[in-house]
Amino acid sequence: MDPLESKKTYQDYVDKKSPNSKILKNCFNAFWVGGLICTIGQVILNICKERGFDTQTSGTIVSILLIGISAFLTGLNLFNKIGKFAGAGSLIPITGFANSIVSPAMEYKSEGYVMGVGGKMFTVAGPVLVFGISASILVGIIYLIFNTQSVTLV
Amino acid sequence: MEKLGKQTIKFDNPPTILECSSIVGPKEAQGPLAKYFDQTLEDEFWGEKSWEKAESKIIKEATNMVISKSGISSQDIDCVFAGDLLNQCISSSFGLREINLPFFGVFGACSTFVESLSLGAICTEGFAKHVLCATSSHFCSAEKQFRFPLELGNQRPPSSQWTVTGSGAAILSKEGNGPYITHITPGKIVDMGIKDANNMGAAMAPAFADTLITHFTDTGRSPNYYDAIISGDLGHIGKEIAIDIAKSKGYNIKSNYNDCGVLIFDKNSQDTHSGGSGCACCATVFSGYLFKQLREKKLKKILLIATGALMNSTSSQQGESIPGIAHAISIEL
Amino acid sequence: MDINWANVFEISSLLKCFIVGGLICVIGQILIDKTKLTPARILVIFVTTGAILGGLGIYQYLVDFAGAGATVPLTGFGNNLAKGAIEAVKESGLVGAFTGGVKAAAGRNCGCRFLWLHRSTYFKA
Repeated sequence: MDPLESKKTYQDYVDKKSPNSKILKNCFNAFWVGGLICTIGQVILNICKERGFDTQTSGTIVSILLIGISAFLTGLNLFNKIGKFAGAGSLIPITGFANSIVSPAMEYKSEGYVMGVGGKMFTVAGPVLVFGISASILVGIIYLIFNTQSVTLV
Repeated sequence: MEKLGKQTIKFDNPPTILECSSIVGPKEAQGPLAKYFDQTLEDEFWGEKSWEKAESKIIKEATNMVISKSGISSQDIDCVFAGDLLNQCISSSFGLREINLPFFGVFGACSTFVESLSLGAICTEGFAKHVLCATSSHFCSAEKQFRFPLELGNQRPPSSQWTVTGSGAAILSKEGNGPYITHITPGKIVDMGIKDANNMGAAMAPAFADTLITHFTDTGRSPNYYDAIISGDLGHIGKEIAIDIAKSKGYNIKSNYNDCGVLIFDKNSQDTHSGGSGCACCATVFSGYLFKQLREKKLKKILLIATGALMNSTSSQQGESIPGIAHAISIEL
Repeated sequence: MDINWANVFEISSLLKCFIVGGLICVIGQILIDKTKLTPARILVIFVTTGAILGGLGIYQYLVDFAGAGATVPLTGFGNNLAKGAIEAVKESGLVGAFTGGVKAAAGRNCGCRFLWLHRSTYFKA
């Protein structure tokens, strides 16, 4: 068989030849690390509630603490090691979001504080905010029109 | 100088590779070839403020080292060919801005080292007595430019390759006692439609095979003629693909073929996935390891084929496929 | 004020949180391994999904069930944005749709930026 017969045959050949990620192991690591991060969040949340904060404030405190820890670990060059091990387990929780802001900021510090840090800080997180906020605006407008949250649940 | 067949150039007075030098980073210093390199660094910054500055320093020191090792005065060098991976090749031009010699900046992605040697060899047939060739790459600056920030906690897919930190430099001389560059086969751009920037080996393997087979057809040689056929940075996956393609075209290279990206790292202990890549991969492995093997006559005839992926981060974001290139030089005693 | 540690470490709530949070991450991991999506795209998918589910009122059920297991993943951030927008619409109509989400996001973002500025003085990049 000639793998170079056409671009299609070559792509198929390469797909067959390239090893796949170890998806089961990755999923297992993502599951327990992700679960653990959320559980740490829950413990903080419970402590805040016991202290008498309302749900919303407690939630914000949880976020800020987790972001702080993640930013700190990123600064120590440890977060990338956790991320390599856990994949989505540390990416999907708010920790991954903080890491995606802090890491380019650190990386581009050599280009100065305004265009380097300020300009590149949101290279990864920027799209997340843009799409998240856009979606929330849409949700708000739809809510305004239909005046109900459960449009499709009726 | 004479043209053989479609693409190959044969030298009447083959230039000698007079001297080589290599500097590598900390990760390469833990690899299987560590003892062959002239200098190994303890950290990626080497006392500089940024990775880009460190890379410039590496290529600057590598060229200084090769000049002092060769024993010729820098005044006797007629021109310099150098290149790297960063935008507008700043590492080589910043690193060599004080060298005070005629300078040609070249870009052939990871194939730049052999491209420089080829152009340098052609110059020695003409005006030049000594030509300096050097290339560099740096893992951190390359990751920053082509992929994500280093501190970003993401997983590298198993087909991804690790950019070699380091620089290799060589001085070619019109006269000398070898090892000689006897033939060069500049490659064509070959694009088989691979779009995955995390699978460079697969994108470059067809270009490698094209140059390899053209070289054999043009010179009438067969794979057995060489003690070793060495590709630049196809990595483990690219290496297997290259063997398969060559086999399907009727050339069996399995026994004497290897790849610099496979040689420089230990896949199992160093977590480099598919192997090394970058301008410095072929440059340091040749300058450090292969050149010494040639000098000690452990290898007598080698075919060095450096491969390059001619893309940048904009082209992959725009969904373009990755064109590959491969340049071959035949080095004999 | 004394803290009732039994409430803090209540096993059933922590277990629910662990499993739901873990499963959300597994969905992300499958996306990473099975598709060629970059991390940025995966985060976008999660935050948008969260906002849509939040807007439909579905995500709140998950939050009630799993607590931080649903709010800590980025889908929870999307849900917060949507919730903020809806609250603001109730208060100030159309303008609220545009300001609500941003307001809800402010706590997390400012925290992030502020903390970064602190870090940047301590670490060499």
